[in-house]
Amino acid sequence: MNERYRSGVSEFIDNIKNLQRSFLASFLRSGKPTSDKSRAALMFNNFFLHIQGVKTHINTLRPTYTFGLGIISFFLLIIVVVSGVMLMVYYNPSIERAYNTIKDINYVVFAGRLLRNVHKWAGEGMIIFVMLHMTRVFFTGSYAKGREFNWIIGIILLILTFGLNLSGYMLPWDQLAYWALVIVANIIQSPKEITDSLGITQYFDIGGFSKQLFLGGYTAGQESLTRVYFLHIMFFPLFLFIFLGVHFWRIRKDGGLTKPENLEQVGGDTGYASRPEKTGGVFPTFKTYGLMELARGKTPAVDKDIENTVPSWPNLLLAEFAVFILTLAAVIVYSFFVDAPLREPANPLIPENPAKAPWYFLGLQELLSYSAFMGGVGLPGIALLGLALIPYLDREKGHVGIWFSNRQGVIEAVKALFVGALVNVGLLAFVVNFGWFRNWWPNIPQLLITLVNPGNIWVGFMIAWSLWVMRKGSTRMGAIAMFTMFLVSFLIFTYMGTYLRGPNWDFFWSKSQWPVH
Amino acid sequence: MLNEVQDTTEVSRRDFLGLASFGAAIVSALGVFAGTLRIFKPNVYYEESRKFKIGKPENFPLGTVKKLDDEKVFIFSGDDGFYAISSICTHLGCIVYSTETGFQCPCHGSKYNIDGKVVGGPAPRNLSWFEISQSVDGSLIVDSAKEVPKGTKYIFA
Repeated sequence: MNERYRSGVSEFIDNIKNLQRSFLASFLRSGKPTSDKSRAALMFNNFFLHIQGVKTHINTLRPTYTFGLGIISFFLLIIVVVSGVMLMVYYNPSIERAYNTIKDINYVVFAGRLLRNVHKWAGEGMIIFVMLHMTRVFFTGSYAKGREFNWIIGIILLILTFGLNLSGYMLPWDQLAYWALVIVANIIQSPKEITDSLGITQYFDIGGFSKQLFLGGYTAGQESLTRVYFLHIMFFPLFLFIFLGVHFWRIRKDGGLTKPENLEQVGGDTGYASRPEKTGGVFPTFKTYGLMELARGKTPAVDKDIENTVPSWPNLLLAEFAVFILTLAAVIVYSFFVDAPLREPANPLIPENPAKAPWYFLGLQELLSYSAFMGGVGLPGIALLGLALIPYLDREKGHVGIWFSNRQGVIEAVKALFVGALVNVGLLAFVVNFGWFRNWWPNIPQLLITLVNPGNIWVGFMIAWSLWVMRKGSTRMGAIAMFTMFLVSFLIFTYMGTYLRGPNWDFFWSKSQWPVH
Repeated sequence: MLNEVQDTTEVSRRDFLGLASFGAAIVSALGVFAGTLRIFKPNVYYEESRKFKIGKPENFPLGTVKKLDDEKVFIFSGDDGFYAISSICTHLGCIVYSTETGFQCPCHGSKYNIDGKVVGGPAPRNLSWFEISQSVDGSLIVDSAKEVPKGTKYIFA
């Protein structure tokens, strides 16, 4: 029978027979990743993969360079979003029902407790890993050479991560949530401390105004919960994803992660980095190079691949997949054994004693116990501004991509670690033993305490120390000293607020010494 | 190629009008958006009135202190009159409890004397004193939106 007279029906039947193949071909347009060409095509033809390069530098693949911290933060975010969307089905943001719906999630809903724990711990894990990621980026000097603004976007992402965690903490409307909300509202109000001292509150009450905006009223209630819920499920996530997109896009445009100028391959590199095939390049062999094989700062040589790069598929993707599975497993195992806290229903009449913020804010709460304005607004503002300006105040580019820049950097970091810890602990010991201005002179004006308190003195010391380091060395060394001290004091203040402060914010060596009441 | 054209300092009328209208359009668009931000400041407060009745003066015998939990005030009844002191700590808004020497906050250890004056801890201000008035039916009204100077006491029949 002549082909021309094939009926539509038989063609239709052939199409059905070929359905699997034709569908797969349309889904994976570049075919199986068997050659360098199809591996590259797989990366840049896939919407979800094209944000990453076709080729990856082997320095990026070294576990001891990145420790996978940024990608772990991202995977935790994915886990948080998936579990959060599921929890939304049952949670009801009303002050009458919020607490009960959380109880239902814990005791009635299928796998509800596990999902809530996963949501909680993955969220708090994000704080830890975002901060560790920031630490990695800082100590490898990866904020230079056009990446200055991306560092700032990273700081914004850090703030959004804190905001998401804090707003989520308030949703169960238990005692923890309610008193955290009250305390945060009053931190927002704390510029009043300054306007009161200057006697201009009745004309310019910025503190009171901001508090009303946050609470949707004068006191914490339904309006406040509605606003916190809006922040948690819409406002913060929306901006988090926008800035995350820009963050990733900029890394890509800057030529991937930072790497040292002169990279030497070491023994461990060859194991995972299979050498590219020279015969099946992305482009026909008569071309000397392909556009996407260009990497910033390097001119590719004829017939030679870009130095020290390997195809992202499978090297990078397998590594990322392994990190994802490990992250997911760790979160689920932890959530299986450790429950997210849930106290009694919110009671506006009885504050918790001690009323403590979530652990990641207890360092700040320690500062708050000296001065609400400096601890809640002033010092965090200075710290965030200082962090954001690091890339602009240290513009040395010599040691990008090397941990601690050089031997001197290691020395400065260790020195700052010990000196910072010693001075910080000494300062806290002094305050615990001898008190502060108001204990000595009860009538002292508040403005003096706002201006001179242990928190300010500590920040002043950090600045002085890093300037002193800078004087004899470089700005990079000063930045290393400053950042190390910032991390050390963050840990010490957080430890102090978490474990050493009891009822009435008094000092106790351990929780077992707390008075019974 | 700006540097090839020598006299670019002068803006032509066409460019000026174009830029001006473009700028005006952007400013108006941003202005409209900025105006809508007013939505976040509520016009109605869905909460308890900040002015509340506490009952007749006879309910507060001479020399007593009464803590009103819901209203978050202490009502003092002394020889020289009534006065109301807020029980909200001025540091971070916890509820203070009364002690032998005054008031104490459980959150960050602020201490106040019997007049609500700060004597210890991080509190930036003294506890507020509120206005007390009497309604026509004889019961007392505390207005927690109106602060009065420390030491203001009210005498009612």
